[in-house]
Amino acid sequence: MTYQGPFLSALLGERSSRWFLAVLAVVAVAVPLMNLVFPQDSALHVSTYTVTLVGKYLCYAMLALAVDLIWGYCGILSLGHGAFFALGGYAMGMYLMRQIGDRGVYGDPVLPDFMVFLNWQELPWFWQGFDQFWFAALMILLVPGTLAFIFGWLAFRSRVTGVYFSIITQALTYALMLAFFRNEMGFGGNNGLTDFKDILGFDLQTDSTRCALFVISAVLLAAAFVLCKWLTASKFGRVLVAVRDAESRTRFMGYRVEHYKLFVFVVSALIAGVAGALYVPQVGIINPGEFSPINSIEIIIWVAIGGRGTLYGAVIGAVLVNYGKTYFTAAFPDLWLFFLGGLFVVTTLYLPKGVKGLVADSGLLRKLMASRRSEAGG
Amino acid sequence: MISNISLQEKTVLYLNGVSKTFDGFKAINNLNLIIKPGELRAIIGPNGAGKTTMMDIITGKTRPDTGDVYFNNEVDLTRYTEAEIANMGIGRKFQKPTVIETLTVFENLELALAGDRKVRDSLFFSLSGQGLARIDEVFEVVGLGEKRNAMAGSLAHGQKQRLEIGMLLAQKPQLLLIDEPAAGMTDEETANLSALLKSIAGEHSVVVVEHDMEFVRSLDSTVTVLHEGSVLAEGPLSKVQENERVIEVYLGR
Repeated sequence: MTYQGPFLSALLGERSSRWFLAVLAVVAVAVPLMNLVFPQDSALHVSTYTVTLVGKYLCYAMLALAVDLIWGYCGILSLGHGAFFALGGYAMGMYLMRQIGDRGVYGDPVLPDFMVFLNWQELPWFWQGFDQFWFAALMILLVPGTLAFIFGWLAFRSRVTGVYFSIITQALTYALMLAFFRNEMGFGGNNGLTDFKDILGFDLQTDSTRCALFVISAVLLAAAFVLCKWLTASKFGRVLVAVRDAESRTRFMGYRVEHYKLFVFVVSALIAGVAGALYVPQVGIINPGEFSPINSIEIIIWVAIGGRGTLYGAVIGAVLVNYGKTYFTAAFPDLWLFFLGGLFVVTTLYLPKGVKGLVADSGLLRKLMASRRSEAGG
Repeated sequence: MISNISLQEKTVLYLNGVSKTFDGFKAINNLNLIIKPGELRAIIGPNGAGKTTMMDIITGKTRPDTGDVYFNNEVDLTRYTEAEIANMGIGRKFQKPTVIETLTVFENLELALAGDRKVRDSLFFSLSGQGLARIDEVFEVVGLGEKRNAMAGSLAHGQKQRLEIGMLLAQKPQLLLIDEPAAGMTDEETANLSALLKSIAGEHSVVVVEHDMEFVRSLDSTVTVLHEGSVLAEGPLSKVQENERVIEVYLGR
């Protein structure tokens, strides 16, 4: 995709992007309105539970976008992207913990409950500053970004690629999970951070705050989409594709492949971190389970099912799979993992371009329709 | 820079006493090679003669154990990375045609176009009129103009070879290293390619590694025969073919 002329008008000239942004805008306006305007007994009312649920999907969609940027365009298969999401989430969680103040069970004005429980006398140095939102916001970007920079610098400089890279990203998120499980780490151990009260002075339990968080999630998802579009539509994006398809060739063309990989990896980690930070106030908890390697693998499945290398495909995949998860874990809790595994196998075998491939490749769709018609006829 | 060796004339590539051992196997053994500006040189040799290792050493993919590798009489190539060497003006074509299959022919050339390679520049890049003119020049040399907007992956084998050579030309290299270009090509494609390489030489120095004797003959250039990592013979093909050692190596076993 080469855009001629100003980027934004070109972006809106592209049908899939226009559709994506339009649908997102409608959802961002309609869902909160239907929650706030229509009374509870109205048929048009959307429950606060649903608002939060869809808000959660939007955060996952942003995470899927981050993974598609590196995997779909640059071929970097990170199986540890949940780590950046969780770190962004923890940074937000720490701010929300400090906001509780003396309203905790133990009523300590400074120390969060779990620290009082552990008999800690004062706030550890790394909790300093998190009572300020601007500081927490900075850390939401800085912590995942710095980790991605150091990790990526070491890995890409040593030319760790393919399955070896995937394995060390799994190890990274696993190591972080074990570390965050420890009470002595000072992040609430097993229980994580929870019992949040308010954000920027707004009560987290009210419908209006929930709706505001929802709208912010939608707006930032759109912003992340436009950012990723801009990156991938520029010459930078074409270098990424070149690295994905023929890394050595790209190097012999004179491109410092490791710089390109590092840049896009850090951008991706930043998007994942922001997604995690939006997720935590909506879900109301962050615990070490978010670092679990399985979570990171699930992200890959969302992107694969939606279709890699299109950005909007990743969003569709994240929403579809998570909607399926919500439904299945309620209706058939034991079957969900089998279903997810089956879905992945079917996608890999029959839909290499994912759901968006099914839509885009109308030839295939026509073939399917034709075969169904002939079956019905015969 | 080169103090211990005296060189009167200008060379594009100067290899002196280069050796490289892999796990006890001497891939390159005291290799000497000089390429002059504008020269077209064919390098032949049986499998395992060290042709690819030699390319790897020149392009910075492999570091030699001993020996000098100089570019333009003064740049010590053993101290730079692949990307840096590529930017100095040494282009390399792989044995298997390697183009970016999911980009168009035009985009492939645009990526290869000489210019800044930094991340920041790539983000705010827009093709200049000069760049466009250069790409059109390359299209004139390698053909493929009618395939401009086709996906590179959809090209035939010979067309991919031409595109890859076009990508090298777009880099404006001084020296082109071309690894077995005739492999898997039809006779007509081979003849076209030979004419193309001859037309490029002069403006650029071209080193072609090749197995196919017919192809080497059609290049009508100086031939270097490699054997067990060092030079066995050098000269016009007709002379080289009369060399007893060459006959022994090629036919004697």
